[in-house]
Amino acid sequence: MANVPAELKYTREHEWAKVDGDRARIGITAFAQEQLGDVVFVELPKVGAKVTAMKTFGVVESVKAVSDLFAPVSGEVVEVNDALPKSPELVNTDPYGKGWMLVIRMANPKDVDGLLSAADYQKLTADGAH
Amino acid sequence: MTDAASTGPLKRTPLRDVHVKAGAKMVPFGGWDMPVQYTGIIDEHRTVRRAVGLFDISHMGEFEVRGPDALAAVQRLCTNDASTLEIGQVQYAALCYPEGGIVDDLTIYKMGADRFMLVVNASNIDKDWAWVTSHSVGRAEWKNVSDETALLAVQGPRAEGLVGRLADRDVTGIAYYHFATGAVAGVPAVISRTGYTGEDGFELYVAAPQAERLWSALIEAGRPDGLQPIGLGARDTLRLEMKYALYGNEIDQTTNPLEAGLGWVVKPAKGEFIGREAIEALRARGVARRLVGFEMAERAVPRHGYRLMAGGAPVGVVTSGSFGPSVERSIGMGYVPSAQAAVGSELAVEIRGATHAARVVKTPFHPSHTKKA
Repeated sequence: MANVPAELKYTREHEWAKVDGDRARIGITAFAQEQLGDVVFVELPKVGAKVTAMKTFGVVESVKAVSDLFAPVSGEVVEVNDALPKSPELVNTDPYGKGWMLVIRMANPKDVDGLLSAADYQKLTADGAH
Repeated sequence: MTDAASTGPLKRTPLRDVHVKAGAKMVPFGGWDMPVQYTGIIDEHRTVRRAVGLFDISHMGEFEVRGPDALAAVQRLCTNDASTLEIGQVQYAALCYPEGGIVDDLTIYKMGADRFMLVVNASNIDKDWAWVTSHSVGRAEWKNVSDETALLAVQGPRAEGLVGRLADRDVTGIAYYHFATGAVAGVPAVISRTGYTGEDGFELYVAAPQAERLWSALIEAGRPDGLQPIGLGARDTLRLEMKYALYGNEIDQTTNPLEAGLGWVVKPAKGEFIGREAIEALRARGVARRLVGFEMAERAVPRHGYRLMAGGAPVGVVTSGSFGPSVERSIGMGYVPSAQAAVGSELAVEIRGATHAARVVKTPFHPSHTKKA
């Protein structure tokens, strides 16, 4: 079973969010990176860009596949992981740590209420959803 | 590597359950349930380049043809000149339509004076079987032995040592594109020095019921060599780095051998064969487009079907593309007008609506380490 940290919130599209006040650090889950396989390219917005909850904010490419990335929350990008262009494999090796993608300053912190708990996300992946 | 419009249940190789048990990720490929990866494509790719990898490619098709006119039939069907083959030799060739388009690419094995084996792509077995049997000539008896034949590939710099330890005969003397018969781990096999990776290695044809025994013996004996099972994902990135064509990507009914860079397997001097006139006319006229290898300036990955641009205008299409684990950059193949085909030509690939710079480069992308004759 893929690792699902209890303190994070999740989307049905396999992104995670770590909420700290009005900020959310986001990335993709261990389950997602396992499904994708070796990540070779991550396309992310720049600092200052606006993202919208449940809309795509970027793309992750593995050797075999291209997948859209969906924003868990709406807001403004305040940090981008600048290690990913050189080391996209961090998304595989440390999806919840060094493989983070963005920090978003949330426009509406209530967005978080619409996200899945770790227990619900665990259930979703156990059902074999992709 | 998407599934080519297959219907009905997926076919299984004799090793399908072994792959599932080993934790492989299985995907549909050409109508078959095949392992795409075990540990990860990049890891498996590097294992083949540095050590040795074991592939189940039993989905490939094998046809036998024998009889006094077996050579005449092969010559009529295939573009290359099989009359030059000695027993124990292998030849790469194409089957063409009268218009010059490609039915399939294949290898021809000369098994005996009046006996050949043709090895064809898995997704084309039914089409090829109908084609060869309906266009054969003279006294030639055809047999489709695809289901009763398993095929394992052992590829990488340590393949010779490993296969040599398990074989009941010397394998070091088997030259590239040659084969011998023998037993490997006690399993009777056609031991062929061929492959689809650009590394030295062997392809082992065995009876389907013995496949698991040979697979297990290779896994066990290969442990000190760092052997790993390799899925179709790495098979694809390995062949891409060598600019080897894949049927359905680089070649199909709408492409001809000349533009695909396969002019070297077309031998009009041998006499009549299906497609000869059309290909000769093309050769006289010059081809309008060519298959090139290109590399991306950045990491964005070119993929099958993406548009190739030059000077802001669409000029062609990507046939295959990936991150190349050995060349450590994104690379691809595609057709471009002959004027844009020279090494150094600037191209761009349209990826998700944006253009990304690319450049035609010398191929293979990664140096070939196949055994030289």
